[in-house]
Amino acid sequence: MTPPTIVPGTDGTGAMDRREFLSLTGSGLFIAFTMHPRPTRPELPAAAQQRAATDFNAFLHIGADGRVTTYVGKIEMGQGAMTSFPQLVADELNVPLASVDIVLGDTDLCPFDMGTFGSLSVRQLGPVVRAAAAEARAVLVAMAAEKLQLPAASLEVKDGVVQSRTDASKRVSYGELTAGKRIERHLEGPPPLEPVSVMTIVGRTAARRDAIEKVTGKAKYAGDIVPAGALHARIVRPPAHGAVVTKSDTAAAEAMPGVRVVRAGDLVAVLHAHRDEADKALRAVKSTVTPSANILNERSIFAHLEQKAPAGNTVASGGQLAEGEKGAKTIVEQTYLKGYVAHAPLETHSAVAEMNDGKLTVWASTQTPFPLKTAIARAVNLAPEKVRVITPYVGGGFGGKSAGAQAIEAARLTMAAGVPVRVVWERDEEFFYDTFDPAAVIKIKAGLDGAGKIVLWDYTVIGAGERGAAQGYAVANHRTHVRGGWSGNTGELHPFGIGPWRAPGANANVFARESHIDLLAAKAGIDPLEFRLKNLTDVRMKGVLQAAAAKFGYTPKAGSSGRGYGIACGTDAGTWVASIAEVKVDKATGAIEVVRIACAQDMGLVVNPDGARQQMEGCLTMGLGYTLTEEVRFANGAVLDKNFGSYAIPRFSWVPKLDTVFVDNPDKPPQGGGEPAIITMGAVVANAVFDATGARLTQLPLTRARVMQGLAKVRRE
Amino acid sequence: MKTISFTLNGAPRKVTIEDDRMLLWVLRDDLGTTGPKYGCGRALCGSCTVLVNDESVRACMTRATSIDGKSIVTIEGLAAGDQLHPIQAAFVKHAGFQCGFCTPGMILGAYSLLKKTPKPTRAHIAQAMDRHLCRCGAHVRIVDAIEEAAAVMAGGAK
Repeated sequence: MTPPTIVPGTDGTGAMDRREFLSLTGSGLFIAFTMHPRPTRPELPAAAQQRAATDFNAFLHIGADGRVTTYVGKIEMGQGAMTSFPQLVADELNVPLASVDIVLGDTDLCPFDMGTFGSLSVRQLGPVVRAAAAEARAVLVAMAAEKLQLPAASLEVKDGVVQSRTDASKRVSYGELTAGKRIERHLEGPPPLEPVSVMTIVGRTAARRDAIEKVTGKAKYAGDIVPAGALHARIVRPPAHGAVVTKSDTAAAEAMPGVRVVRAGDLVAVLHAHRDEADKALRAVKSTVTPSANILNERSIFAHLEQKAPAGNTVASGGQLAEGEKGAKTIVEQTYLKGYVAHAPLETHSAVAEMNDGKLTVWASTQTPFPLKTAIARAVNLAPEKVRVITPYVGGGFGGKSAGAQAIEAARLTMAAGVPVRVVWERDEEFFYDTFDPAAVIKIKAGLDGAGKIVLWDYTVIGAGERGAAQGYAVANHRTHVRGGWSGNTGELHPFGIGPWRAPGANANVFARESHIDLLAAKAGIDPLEFRLKNLTDVRMKGVLQAAAAKFGYTPKAGSSGRGYGIACGTDAGTWVASIAEVKVDKATGAIEVVRIACAQDMGLVVNPDGARQQMEGCLTMGLGYTLTEEVRFANGAVLDKNFGSYAIPRFSWVPKLDTVFVDNPDKPPQGGGEPAIITMGAVVANAVFDATGARLTQLPLTRARVMQGLAKVRRE
Repeated sequence: MKTISFTLNGAPRKVTIEDDRMLLWVLRDDLGTTGPKYGCGRALCGSCTVLVNDESVRACMTRATSIDGKSIVTIEGLAAGDQLHPIQAAFVKHAGFQCGFCTPGMILGAYSLLKKTPKPTRAHIAQAMDRHLCRCGAHVRIVDAIEEAAAVMAGGAK
């Protein structure tokens, strides 16, 4: 038997290895083939809806027509899960890619899934789905062997047909094998996975499955689903976090034609069939408010974080810091800051709920349909099996749709109103209730010996959490200390919700670390690429740095060279990434123009190369925002940025030339691709600004005002 | 209340509406046309873009009564049956989208651009599309797609 080529990583990213997975699934593996038409699948055991599936059957259905349906609890928010999972299944089952369908994010049809985040779809669930398909193939071949009266070893599968290797007339299709039967079979031991070398679909670009629907307007998002009689709800909101609406006078709204006022616990909502008329009714509600006691704003937050963050814990260490200090010829200390950043997906949080025969169905824009189902059931006091969450296309998530408050609101209002209720947040509600990427303070003290080696690294991050904090350079004496995480908001550290934002915490941590590495390189008088290579032993990190340099056409030069070149690297979601950028700085205005970026990524096996490139480009482009402009302003609990007029996200005119390259490593397990490249953006641009001007900027975003301050400082020195 | 008549994707329509209704919500809520999306409500993002007499407008800030007697095309009406418009085909070919939420507005914005400027440079495309926001970062591919669509359309295809 061919040993499995792809196994989930054991690289500390939390992925299971194969043995752990099999021990979870137990030895009694079986696959059932049924005749039920797609997408109905009464075979999904209730247990599979509640926790991680232990039954491969939960992921696959093979119809009598030979078509295969894959069921995964992930969602499609543009990242391409809809396209890459069928690739894995088609390759492993030996069926044409076009004969594989996929159902995503439906809690009644798909096996339980924690949610779509952490770039885990392919790297964690991918091997599970592959194993399911491999199991199915093995069972089907065994069935064919019986039917054809031939030894299984003499058979091969081509395009869903099992046939004799020597006599192609002896053949039977998957569809014929499953027709009219329900079969349960047990396989002893792990199913044989195909080696990557014989795969014909995985590793090659597959056309996006969502393309036609998305360019023709047929693609449905949660806000496009309209059950008969559905009403829009607009909900009375407090003006600030910490403020309380004590009374809502809804008389004037209620008098408007077609308006219903519904109260459900603490929710007061105006309902109307037309959204703009619901808006008008909401404006007619007079609220009495107790103001917020919060006095923080985007400037005072950093001192507050330093003061109030928990003592934290050390997440990585080695050697003795005192030894490092003794051995250091030069010590460089610096504090780095980063503000709150909004997710700002173009689709605001949307949901519609409908109660039918005692079952509540909620269509929601969410990254976590299964946890959301549980939360909804609890909120409306229904048994979990009486709630179904369906996730249509999600119009951008980036971590911000990991909660689902709008779906709970829609569910509660539906129960209270007795009609289907739609909740589509206004843009200002989206900003107000966003769980921001937290503000962060990062303090680094590092030391160099006389030969350009880093001998001391003392790192403390406050607010951003652990991801991306630990450094990967070969430093004998180091410590990484983390105070407060990127979610949870323990002890009211932050004035509003915080949560996962594309590579949570890593954007702040990599900005600080890679800026500081650059500072050290300049102090040592060594080119920043050479300095990194000199201080690294990690082969894969060196590999991506060299690949990015080759793609960029980088030539070494020490100090602030005036060319405007910057470098940054890191690891995220199991993937190694390095970027090199060129910028121009307008010294009269402080405006930064990013001219081009070369980005190299080592993500092991690349399942869908063009899909992975799209994610890299998306990361680099989106990352321009937190790097150049994005910083949520707030005061007294109110979020001051309420729309795209004042909160500037990347536009066409900002986008540089992007060159992406993969370090080919197809025999290594596939790793995450939706997040890694974004982590390099802050530092690669800040380092390029230093190279262009000599100004070292230590606070994100690199606004024009901060660039001007940096330039003034250079002139003074 | 006012009754207005117009064509929507080629079909005659008549609605009786309050004078202050917005085109976006009349299209979505009264007529079930969900291609135009709500993104910002302030004409800042472009997700709600539709064509009125072949000009792109932001439906979220357009009074519905202003379209009386006019021709409205939404993303649903751009293809000729199963035949994609060259801009749609180019968006498919170049994967000029990710989540797809801004895509209807992007494509209609591009339509409007190419009508005025059939042979735009990349810089011109970037400038003309600058008020259309995409959060996923598909910008480079959207520009690729518009560039290709321009070439295809100049070649006589419509």
